[in-house]
Amino acid sequence: MAALLLRDLKLSVRAGGGALIGVLFFITVVAVIPFGVGPDLNLLSRIGPAIVWIGALLSALLGLDRMFQTEREDGSLDLMLMQEHPLVLTVLVKCLAHWIGNGLPLVIASPLLGLFMNMDEVAIGATMLTLLVGTPALTFIGAVGAAVAVTLPRGGLLVSILVLPLAVPVLIFGVSASYAAVEDPAPFLPPFLILVAITMFFAVLGPLGAALALRNADD
Amino acid sequence: MSHTFYIAMSYGIAGLVSLCLIGWVWLDGRARRRELAQLEAAGIRRRSATSPAPEGGKA
Amino acid sequence: MSESLAITKLSDLANPTRFLGLASRVLPWLSAVTAILFAAGLYLSFAGEGDYQQGLTVRIMYVHVPAAWLSMMCYTVMALSAIGTLVWRHPLADVAHKTAAPLGAAFTLIALATGSLWGKPMWGTWWVWDARLTSVFVLFLMYLGLIALNRAMDDPGKAARLCAILILVGFVNIPIIKFSVDWWNTLHQPASVIRMGGSSIDGSFLRPLLVMALAFTMLFFTLHIAAMRNEIWRRRVSAQRRMAARMAGDKPGLTTEMST
Repeated sequence: MAALLLRDLKLSVRAGGGALIGVLFFITVVAVIPFGVGPDLNLLSRIGPAIVWIGALLSALLGLDRMFQTEREDGSLDLMLMQEHPLVLTVLVKCLAHWIGNGLPLVIASPLLGLFMNMDEVAIGATMLTLLVGTPALTFIGAVGAAVAVTLPRGGLLVSILVLPLAVPVLIFGVSASYAAVEDPAPFLPPFLILVAITMFFAVLGPLGAALALRNADD
Repeated sequence: MSHTFYIAMSYGIAGLVSLCLIGWVWLDGRARRRELAQLEAAGIRRRSATSPAPEGGKA
Repeated sequence: MSESLAITKLSDLANPTRFLGLASRVLPWLSAVTAILFAAGLYLSFAGEGDYQQGLTVRIMYVHVPAAWLSMMCYTVMALSAIGTLVWRHPLADVAHKTAAPLGAAFTLIALATGSLWGKPMWGTWWVWDARLTSVFVLFLMYLGLIALNRAMDDPGKAARLCAILILVGFVNIPIIKFSVDWWNTLHQPASVIRMGGSSIDGSFLRPLLVMALAFTMLFFTLHIAAMRNEIWRRRVSAQRRMAARMAGDKPGLTTEMST
């Protein structure tokens, strides 16, 4: 399992891996927003957490179709299906590797984008914390979509369409918690704890669904 | 605009969508039935799929 | 052993050929009942007088609420068939959830359109990001995604199983989405929105509403059974065409068989 984790990490960092492209896409999306809404710093700092979250959501979707596609192409997916380890565990490890490779860089890049958006320190910290907790949920939901569409030749767009509606709760509570940290009357903890609960829930449901889909996809 | 307009519009849209659905299902059913009849006329039957030696296919 | 025998018995009972026979016997009755219910429901909804607060627009409720109810019931039907697909691998269940998806999308579309038409005179805008409207909209997107996924795959059996997994994941998610949208809506509640009357509906509105809800439900079942029958026919046609093509291909193959 550790070997699988390391192998996936190496693959995602190495040439053409999704990690760098995801971060670049994230930065580009967030940098394009001010051209749309204007350079008003007050407005930007107000919508900043939401923009950073939406950018992270879109970039998290970007690398999803590669999650099982490469394994299917080189045949190692069949090996994983035949292993004696439960497939759910294998998928969970793959999700973790995918998150470390694609999700964690987004979290690390988010403070920089927060500065672009003229957010204050507390808002930047809160956004980073919610992203750290929330992006694994996106990966776990995305794993189901990626596994379902693994046999489709151009499944990337379809995966995004299938996954986005399911990711609505993550976005809602991530952004609510980020705002609650800045705006005084709203308490920070309830939405944040719900976000944690959603992530843990999908940590179970996502690999289960993805494993089931992978078993059904190959025959 | 009067409330009657909105009521007429919503009943109209609901009716239109339902009629489209009914029409689609009905036309689809007719087309499938015609195809089955054509296949039947061509001598291709469903039961021959289960029989081990498809004799009818040679005719 | 006996349990598996019972399951095969059960699936024999619900095999596609039997279903076709049952469908052709039941469908005329179902469509007649649907037509009668719609006639009664439409008469009741136009005979009744308007609410003093909402005026005549309360009549929109008689199509909006049943459509919204169906949009959720249809997903439940799909989730049940998805269990049938994954647990018993029943071909009829595959057909059931495949044909239910477009119906569900259509009823969700009706619910959204009439909701928006109701919102314009009541709230002054075509669309408010109201909790109910928003969650129904997310449901609509899920229906469309499922239809797209089903159409994207060639092998019907595989498409059915993969869609079934996604349907079940979505089904588990629907309460979470509903809860989160409610939360989000109370955070961002604009002051101008008039909250609707809750569950305290007067009896004179309840009767046409119930009849219309029943009529819509019967319409759904009629259409669903008819669409399932179409889908079974479609699969038979393609299976027979394949077989015909194979038999046509066998004839040149006959010579090679004789030479060996």
